[in-house]
Amino acid sequence: MQQAQTTRNETAATITVASVSLAADPAGALWHEEARLLAVADLHFEKGSAFAMRRQMLPPYDTAATLARLATLVLRYQPKTVVALGDSFHDARAGERMARDDYDALRALMRGRDWIWIAGNHDPQIPAGLGDMQEELTLGPLVFRHEPRHGDSHGEIAGHLHPAARVVSPSGSLRRKCFVSDGTRCVLPAFGAYAGGLNIRDAAFAPLFGIRPFTAHVLGRARVFAVGGRNCVGD
Amino acid sequence: MKQPKAIPAVLPKTFAAWFAARGWTPRAHQLELLAKAQTGESALLIAPTGAGKTLAGFLPTLVDLAQQRRNIRGLHTLYISPLKALAVDVARNLEMPVAEMNLPVRLETRTGDTPASRRMRQRRLPPDILLTTPEQLELLLGSADAEHLFATLQRVVFDELHALVTSKRGDLLALGLARLRNLAPAMTATGLSATVRDPDELRRWLVPQTPPQNNLSALVTASAGAAAEISMLDTRERLPWAGHSAIHAMPEIYEAIKRAHMTLVFVNTRAQAEAVFQQLWSINDDNLAIALHHGSLDASQRRRVEAAMAEGKLKAVVCTSTLDLGIDWGDVDLVINVGAPKGASRITQRIGRANHRLDEPSRALLVPANRFEVLECRAAIDAAKAGAQDTPVARTGALDVLAQHILGMACAMPFQADQFYNEIISAEPYRNLEHATFDDAVAFVATGGYALKTYDRFAKIRQTKDGLWRIANPRVAQTWRMNVGTIVEENMLKVRLTRERKPIAKSASKSSGSGSLWYPTRLAGGDPATAQRPQYTGPVARGGRVLGEIEEYFLETLVPGDTFLFGGEILALQGIVENEALVSRARSDTPKVPSYAGGKFPLSTYLAERVRGMLSDPRAWKHLPTQVADWLELQQHLSMLPPSGDMLVETFPRGGRYYLVAYPFEGRLAHQTLGMLLTRRMERMGLKPLGFVANDYAIAIWSLADAGTRAKKGLVSMGELFARDMLGDDLEEWLQESALMKRTFRNCAIIAGLIERRFPGKEKTARQMTISTDLVYDVLRRHEPDHILLRAARDDAMSGLLDLQRLAQMLSRIEGRIVHKDLERISPLAVPVMLEIGREPVYGEAREQVLVEAAEDLVREAMGN
Repeated sequence: MQQAQTTRNETAATITVASVSLAADPAGALWHEEARLLAVADLHFEKGSAFAMRRQMLPPYDTAATLARLATLVLRYQPKTVVALGDSFHDARAGERMARDDYDALRALMRGRDWIWIAGNHDPQIPAGLGDMQEELTLGPLVFRHEPRHGDSHGEIAGHLHPAARVVSPSGSLRRKCFVSDGTRCVLPAFGAYAGGLNIRDAAFAPLFGIRPFTAHVLGRARVFAVGGRNCVGD
Repeated sequence: MKQPKAIPAVLPKTFAAWFAARGWTPRAHQLELLAKAQTGESALLIAPTGAGKTLAGFLPTLVDLAQQRRNIRGLHTLYISPLKALAVDVARNLEMPVAEMNLPVRLETRTGDTPASRRMRQRRLPPDILLTTPEQLELLLGSADAEHLFATLQRVVFDELHALVTSKRGDLLALGLARLRNLAPAMTATGLSATVRDPDELRRWLVPQTPPQNNLSALVTASAGAAAEISMLDTRERLPWAGHSAIHAMPEIYEAIKRAHMTLVFVNTRAQAEAVFQQLWSINDDNLAIALHHGSLDASQRRRVEAAMAEGKLKAVVCTSTLDLGIDWGDVDLVINVGAPKGASRITQRIGRANHRLDEPSRALLVPANRFEVLECRAAIDAAKAGAQDTPVARTGALDVLAQHILGMACAMPFQADQFYNEIISAEPYRNLEHATFDDAVAFVATGGYALKTYDRFAKIRQTKDGLWRIANPRVAQTWRMNVGTIVEENMLKVRLTRERKPIAKSASKSSGSGSLWYPTRLAGGDPATAQRPQYTGPVARGGRVLGEIEEYFLETLVPGDTFLFGGEILALQGIVENEALVSRARSDTPKVPSYAGGKFPLSTYLAERVRGMLSDPRAWKHLPTQVADWLELQQHLSMLPPSGDMLVETFPRGGRYYLVAYPFEGRLAHQTLGMLLTRRMERMGLKPLGFVANDYAIAIWSLADAGTRAKKGLVSMGELFARDMLGDDLEEWLQESALMKRTFRNCAIIAGLIERRFPGKEKTARQMTISTDLVYDVLRRHEPDHILLRAARDDAMSGLLDLQRLAQMLSRIEGRIVHKDLERISPLAVPVMLEIGREPVYGEAREQVLVEAAEDLVREAMGN
């Protein structure tokens, strides 16, 4: 695992939440080294086929694409526990539409480790055979849940909002998905292939990051960039 | 080619008398076109502006309707115009002969503005003549009434055909024409066009193409009018090195406007229009009625300007290509073209807007905004004198348009695939469409056409047991109707002026009393002293007036607080809420964001060649202003002149960096793509490129390593650097992440119906679309790189934003013909493109530089700096 260790150090960035040191991977996942826990948010499996039901025939490869990226991370980090922070399936009937190959690939990924499905607002239930769902997971000072709570929520690791930042510098501006954290909590970017981003300057973020200065950990091609709030603007 | 002796036209007495009563004689081409129609031939009429083209187009219809005794009334003639306003204008002009000769003819227009009740009636009880737009035709063809409605059709007339056929709109129209031919076998097609490079392309477009035949319509050519008087402004001022706004020439332009009766001031982009308009008003001591007209302004504002023009109330209008076409706005006696002409035919057509009388010469003044544009203007004047044309070559029909049309025709009636295929390949742009590609398009329309077949149960169209393809349910047709059309070029956001604070509101009400509705309040009146004083209006409430629309991608380059010109005013962006950009009036003199595009139209290959020829030949400089000739002489002395067939590359150090400047003269779009690919290659060669800028003539790349010295030592070969194979892997790699490619894909996805912009019941803007086409592009590229939509996007990239075709031609042209000059310092010729640095966005895929800099900012902040 020596090699895996080096790759990680080069590309991941450190985010400290409630004094716990976490590594933000440029693929959009959060790694808790001590607990060997990997967290991803908003996988939105079968979003493509959900659109197809409404006769917008998006390429039916989003689930496979999301799974492939997840598999790469699982292979690299070898997590003991994977936490999917809700909205893992785009809707209640996503399981029925999921291709057999994708289902099998997901099962294979889950094998040999704890896999925790946090309940989201898109997925009231998890497709049969993939385990159960829980509202939250508490780990030391950290609480993993789907929707971040308004106001102070010390140690909260959440998803739901799909944060993205528009970063400006003298060279121009760029919009990318990001983690956002103020040291007390962290919201993860959406991991799903068809999951977009909401600007962190949107009103939805105001109740979460109103008081303390926050940092956007922006996903670059090969590394994560820590950008101060003053360099992030609205759309 | 010898034409068979033409049969003379039969002009009924009523018509002859009408012409005589007006003191007119029918023109030769009008009679010739009438004769063609009377023998049942499709025909193309090529005539300059003012030659009575429209009357020529309708004369056969009016004659036929006057003579025919018809028991069953039905649609006789369909007239298609590229502009809604033109259709309305032509209808108005036609009413005169109809009324004066008391002809039994009912004519109506049908546009997006036509009330639903009248549209319904038009389908059931059609007029004799229907004047409409390509989109409305497609909607009619996609309705269940199509068969009934068009059964009686005798003629279809396409106005401004040269302008229609150059876009995806033309593709859709060609497919519509193919369908019309099947619904109305007796119908003939007539095209009205300005002078074009190759009339045969349009003649083919008008008639069915059944390979291997090369069917041509008849051709009628009107005699050319008096030659235009074109001159170039020989400015008293110093000619700028770069830029597009021609600020130096404003007093001279103003003088020319003052002397003329009515002037059209053409510019190439909206940003230029804004800048010129603002400049003219800043020196408008005589309070001349100068107005502004461009496509982003609110429609009602544009209509006011047009009406004022027609009534002769205006002295000048600053406009973009929105006024390029057809409508007779009034007594224009001077056309001023500010900036580069870009193409010989374009400038000829613009000049034709002056003086709509054929026998009098049009007067035009070309105003170059910088030194290179002087060369371009000179080349355009020479080309116009020689009567040279450089209209674009015929298109290959786009696949996204095909997909939209397939669904539309399925909405009208079930189709049999092979029959439909044969109909489609009779349309000129699709004559070479392979059956397999057609099948792919049908599969795409049905289920997305993916290799992974998982969407069969959601299909939009299905093949039933009788072999016919039918839509799955009426909702599919409803959604198609709401999304018809090919003009999606950009996401537009409404620009809304938010409520202002008191002092400004006062000045607005003061000037609105002056009745000068078509020019902005700030420039129309008010105390210049207060108007000039910078004053931030502060955060403002929503709910103000809509000023117009603006491209989303432009706004994305702005951050709140940035100022820009729009509608003749300097506005500050407050923010974007849903699909509106909220702005306030900014009291500053200079907008922060000067321009966002140098020109939509790249320099034509033909003009580029002339410019290259002129540059390399000092004898040709005697027609150039002294300043320019001196500049070129200096270049000859300090470096060398670009040889007409070869490409000059200069290298020199400057400010700790190494510059490489090349002069391909292939237009900004091709140069941008070249820059993207070159920087990748230089990266691999260890030359450490940092960025580049491009204009229409040249490209400048700067790097940390010295390419010039290395080339001299033989370590780097310029030939290798510019080798054609950059269009292989480098290109593929770049396309994967190119923002331009993603924009191209987005347009295709919308036109093809993969992404619906509007749903029944609610209208969504692209901003609210719940799926980003960029994400779809990434997934599709990885999983099905040969998918029909990616093929469509690649086809677009050849000619559109990436202009790959031109780049490819250029790379072969310069193979083995690169001349390299290693210089100690910047050359005179390099100055213009070097000045673009800092004015125009810097390209280079090192866009993550933004993130690096922002991250460094945070570190500095943490260190307490």
